[in-house]
Amino acid sequence: MLRLPVGVYTELVGHCLGGLPDEACGLLGGDPASTEVTACYPARNAAASARTYEVDSRDVLRATRDAESHGLELVGVFHSHTHTDPYPSATDVAQAPDPTWHYVLVSLRDESPTLRSYRIVDGKIDEEPVVLEGR
Amino acid sequence: MTVEVRLPTVLRQHAKGQSSVSASGATIGEVLQDLVQTYPSMAGQVVTSEGALHRFVNVYRNDDDVRYLERLDTKVSDTDVISILPAVAGGAGPARS
Repeated sequence: MLRLPVGVYTELVGHCLGGLPDEACGLLGGDPASTEVTACYPARNAAASARTYEVDSRDVLRATRDAESHGLELVGVFHSHTHTDPYPSATDVAQAPDPTWHYVLVSLRDESPTLRSYRIVDGKIDEEPVVLEGR
Repeated sequence: MTVEVRLPTVLRQHAKGQSSVSASGATIGEVLQDLVQTYPSMAGQVVTSEGALHRFVNVYRNDDDVRYLERLDTKVSDTDVISILPAVAGGAGPARS
């Protein structure tokens, strides 16, 4: 399960919409012992592409430092798919860096954004429920 | 030269769960070699068998990506903090027909 405070959800989806026409991306911070994400780190897409993303490594460093300074860790990554389902692509699976992370996908194909979250372990994709906190 | 090396979550399992370890060397390459000697299960995760930086990681000396310095030959000093970061990438991929 992934629990997203409304503020994180809004920032995350807003960053994805603001990145159009390219894919947008960012990192998520939290206590790894909890299922709640407490920090959103919008990042630059170094690939600047509508089909791929690469979180700018300077933003990975910045997010890592910020999370650790708050006693948190990076616990996931989010990115948008501009023209396809919110489901991890073969590229996403092949490049998933950490089996403990949440992989959040936002599809911007339809009029309203659709958000899903997954675990990716040894190439196996498992969708997990997403709960909005503080509505 | 002994420097602090910050590890990404995915590598901590190879270092008894530590987020930060010490390693020795005069260059980034030597520091990473020392790291792998101390934690052999990290072999192949940071540096490839050909001796290049693995494409799944980025290595920073303080605030600078060593790929834009002298890569593995980048010099280090005692006060430097070396950060190994996951390369986070993916995407929808090529257009589907």
